[in-house]
Amino acid sequence: MPAEPSPTTGSSAFHSGDAPRRLAQTALRSVPWEIGVAKPDPAVVVDGVTRTFGGLTAVSVDHLEIQRGGITGLIGPNGAGKTTLFNLLTGFDQPDTGTWSFDGRQLGKLSPHQVARLGVVRTFQLTKALSRLTVLQNMLLGAQGQRGEGFFRALVPGVWRGQEKANTERAMDLLARFKLDAKKDDFAGTLSGGQRKLLEMARALMSDPKVVMLDEPMAGVNPALTQSLLGHVKDLREQGMTVIFVEHDMDVVRDISDWVVVMAAGRVIAEGPPESISQNRAVVDAYLGAHHDAPLTVEEEDQVLAEAEREIAREENLDGEVFSSDVPPQERTEK
Amino acid sequence: MSEFLDAITGGLQAGLGYQAIFFVLLAVGLNVHFGYTGLLNFGQAGFALLGAFGVAVSVVRWDLPFWVGIVIGLAAAVLLALLLGLPTLRLRADYLAIVTIAAAEILRLVFRSVGATAVTGGTRGLSGFNADFVALAPWAGGRQYDILGTRWSGAQLWLALVGWTLVALTSLLVWSLMRSPWGRVVKAIREDEDAARSLGKNVYAYKMQALVLGGVIGSLGGTVYALGLGSVNPDQYQNANTFLAYTALILGGAARIWGPILGGTILLFLVQFADTGLKALISNGIIPESLLSPTDVASLRFVLIGVGLMALLVFRPQGILGDRREVMLDAR
Repeated sequence: MPAEPSPTTGSSAFHSGDAPRRLAQTALRSVPWEIGVAKPDPAVVVDGVTRTFGGLTAVSVDHLEIQRGGITGLIGPNGAGKTTLFNLLTGFDQPDTGTWSFDGRQLGKLSPHQVARLGVVRTFQLTKALSRLTVLQNMLLGAQGQRGEGFFRALVPGVWRGQEKANTERAMDLLARFKLDAKKDDFAGTLSGGQRKLLEMARALMSDPKVVMLDEPMAGVNPALTQSLLGHVKDLREQGMTVIFVEHDMDVVRDISDWVVVMAAGRVIAEGPPESISQNRAVVDAYLGAHHDAPLTVEEEDQVLAEAEREIAREENLDGEVFSSDVPPQERTEK
Repeated sequence: MSEFLDAITGGLQAGLGYQAIFFVLLAVGLNVHFGYTGLLNFGQAGFALLGAFGVAVSVVRWDLPFWVGIVIGLAAAVLLALLLGLPTLRLRADYLAIVTIAAAEILRLVFRSVGATAVTGGTRGLSGFNADFVALAPWAGGRQYDILGTRWSGAQLWLALVGWTLVALTSLLVWSLMRSPWGRVVKAIREDEDAARSLGKNVYAYKMQALVLGGVIGSLGGTVYALGLGSVNPDQYQNANTFLAYTALILGGAARIWGPILGGTILLFLVQFADTGLKALISNGIIPESLLSPTDVASLRFVLIGVGLMALLVFRPQGILGDRREVMLDAR
């Protein structure tokens, strides 16, 4: 695939000067807009994953590939199974059938923390800021491979102090990027909703993830903050991370995604670049309901026509000018 | 006036004696469980029972040195924690609460059953196992010592010294753990397990470690109590002790190193102070005996403590040492 930098249109100045390299977008240009289509360089591959809750099939995905280094938007009406799919991919839920892999490594049967350690981190629809920990402590939790997190090594500060210092520096850098550095000693529970979203994203980045899964990162965030959050998400792509996110705001989806996957009733019903989605018949049906403006069939047309003719006939009958089949003419004259 | 002084010195002696150490150690353990990790252990008395009977049974029945008995008690506590944790720690917090409350009661009933008499002494319990421990005292165990108006036997003084040293050591251990990254993970689990999981922390393992640590500290409390009293009886380890230890913890302030220490001491001081004080007021005729007889004082003092605790929770929910802002974050 061609890897030369291609300047994109309409992307705001979010990075330190250099033009954004949207490699994934370039790579995906030649991919057909088909459900389950193979991507040039998939990071995550899902195969035949189903999950039922009682009689309800929440997720049933035959085949799905997520391009590495791109931003993939996952959209769909409420109850489409987007969050359930997230839960399955990150080990928070176990599917009834199916396999999925990350970088060719099978992720089935792994517990959430094992998935996270492989470099697949997620955020939650309902933000999970750790309220009674400070902002900085929240950040430090994200760091992986901490020596001081073992029970016995925790008792020997010399073992972990250096690492802790390095992690703190990194956390402060990230906090500065997310403009939360002034709040580092505040309890996370005192932050506003939008700031919590920022903190959750920053905390996820502390683990140096390869895949970031964001569950409705913009929900409940004011428009000004949305722009800065968007900038951060684009930044992730620039750093070579694969981003999968769930979002309802179509403007946001159109703005940042390289590829969009649409789900409805647990299935993938369409995928393609953002511009392909709004014209897609199945997508419009899923959001607005099928047959909302479907043309009439021949039988329906005949039926309507016949109805109208009968109506006209009855009206004319009352005037007594035209012969009607249901009332004999003699009776009428007797009346 | 002298009665008031008596009540204060009596309270002090209770607040520093082996009973206070018992509750403080129970509360230090619960602080690890509830205060830091967010585990609801309602069966801390069961751990204490194992610590107490570990020493008693080892010395009386198996003729082992008492320090081996202490080790056996600790090992039993570890085993109990693993047994309770294995099935429940994957589930929601309330399951552990139910299982621990049942386990403490089961342990007590089994230990006092007729079938167990050959080992535990049944309802009569065991006694005469602390002689070796008292003999270790650097001073004469039988002599009386007067300190600031309080009177201690040499044995009591020795036990208080050892007991408070244990409190200091366990608190130091908890402190050094809680300021480390390990403590940070444990507190994150208290706040939100799923968030901790999504950050790559093995929540189950951490909860298990915390459960074992707190349980072991609680069992040390039982050991101290048994050595102080010189006898053990399963009915001394009723689960009401767990709730008194919770009272001490909340009174002092949960998730604070000094919280359980201060809380336990003050609680025992208040109980004894109310007891001596009320009796003195009755004997002086200030409270007419028709209103309150000396025999009712024993239960009335707990009523007073209960009322005081309610007032504390209304006006100072964070306890004596807690941070109000921190507690209020939960009330969102």
